[in-house]
Amino acid sequence: MTRQILEIWVGVFVAAGIAALFMLAMKVSNLSTVSTGDTYEITARFDNIGGLSIRSPVKASGVLVGRVSNIKYDKDYSVAVVTMSIQNRFDSFSIDSRASIYTAGLLGEQYIELVPGIEDNYLEDGSDVVMADSALILENLIGRFISEIISK
Amino acid sequence: MQHFLRKTVAVFESLGDRSLDSFERLGRSTLFLVRVFKSIPFVFLRPWLLIQQLYSVGVLTIVIVLVAGTFVGMVLGLQGYNILVRFNSESSLGTMVGLTLVRELGPVVTALLFAGRAGSALTAELGLMKTTEQFSALEMMAVDPFKRVIAPRFLAGFLSMPMLAAIFSAVGIYGGYYVGVYLLGVDDGAYWAQMQKSVDFHEDFMNGVWKTVVFGFVATWIALFEGYDSVPTSEGIGRATTQSVVNASLAVLGLNFILTALMLETS
Repeated sequence: MTRQILEIWVGVFVAAGIAALFMLAMKVSNLSTVSTGDTYEITARFDNIGGLSIRSPVKASGVLVGRVSNIKYDKDYSVAVVTMSIQNRFDSFSIDSRASIYTAGLLGEQYIELVPGIEDNYLEDGSDVVMADSALILENLIGRFISEIISK
Repeated sequence: MQHFLRKTVAVFESLGDRSLDSFERLGRSTLFLVRVFKSIPFVFLRPWLLIQQLYSVGVLTIVIVLVAGTFVGMVLGLQGYNILVRFNSESSLGTMVGLTLVRELGPVVTALLFAGRAGSALTAELGLMKTTEQFSALEMMAVDPFKRVIAPRFLAGFLSMPMLAAIFSAVGIYGGYYVGVYLLGVDDGAYWAQMQKSVDFHEDFMNGVWKTVVFGFVATWIALFEGYDSVPTSEGIGRATTQSVVNASLAVLGLNFILTALMLETS
C-alpha cells in the first residue's frame, strides 16, 4: 500500500471520528441549547420546591430564559432559597414578577415560571423575587380532595 | 506428620511465588509505561510512524465498530420501544437510546471490540518481534525500540479509542432512529427533541468521552505490555494474545463500574 493511500484512509478515519464527536455534542447533547452569554442572579424563597434541582429550567411564557444555579435551605425562616441565573438579554422582569414552580406534564421535570408584573423597575443582579408560589405537591392535593369528600 | 508439614509449606511457597510474580509483573508494567511516556515526544519527530499505526489500529477497526454500532443501536430501538410503549411513553425512545449509548454502551462495547480487534493484533505483533529478537536487533543498531516501535503504537491506540467510540455512538443513534422512527412509527421530532433535552453535554457526553480516554489508555497499555513481556516462544505469543484480550476486557469492565460510580457521585 502506498503512503498516499494510507494517509488518505487515516485522514478519513480522523475526520469521521471528529465528525461523530461533533454530531454527538451538537445534535445529541444539549450543548447547542446551552447559552454561553452572561447571566445575572436573582433569588426567590419558596415554602416547598418539590422536585426542583440545580440546572432546572427557568422559563417566561414557556421560553427558556435561565437556569436554577443554587438551592439553599434558610433555617431561620424555614424556607428554600433558590438562586436563578437569568440571561442578560432577558433583563426586563419587573420587581413585582411572580415565580411559580410548575411541572412539565403530569410526572415530568419541574421548572420555574417567571411572570412579569406591572412595575417599571426591573429585577437586577442579586435582587429577590417577592412573590413565589410553591410547587404543587400531588399528595397534598389528593389529601385535600379526599378530606373535602369526607366532610361533605 | 512431616509429610503433611512439607505439603503445607509447599502450598504457601507456591502462593508466595505467584504473588511475587504478579507484583513483579505489575512493577515491570509500570516501568514499561514510564519508558513509553518518555519516548512519546520522539513520535512527533517521525509522524509517519504514527500514521502507519493509526491505520492498523484505528482504520482497520472502523468496520467492526460500524457494524456493531448499527446493530446495537437497532436493538436498543426495538427493545426500548417495546418497554416504553407499555407506559405510553415511546416518545422518549430518543432519550433512552441516546443516554445508553453515550454513557455506557458506546465506550464499553467499543473498548471490548478494540481489545479484541486492535489489542490482540498489537500483542501478537510485539510478541513475534520479541521472539524473532527484532528488539535486540534494533538496539544493536542503536535504535530505541520504545521510540521506534512501541510509543507510536501506544499513541495510536490512545488517540483512536475516543474517535472509535464516538463513531459507535453516532451510528448507534442512527440505528435506533431507523428502527424507532421508520419501522415502529415514533415521531421524528420527538426522538431528537427528547434526546437533546435529557442528554447533558457535561454530565453525560463528557463522562462518556472521559471513559473512552481511560479505556483507550488501559487497553493499549495492557496489549503492548503483554506483547513486550511475552515468553519468546510460539506458545508464549499465543498465551500473551489471549491474556491481552482477557485482561483488557476485565480491566475495562471493572474500571467502567468505578468510573460510573465516581461520576454519578460528583454529579
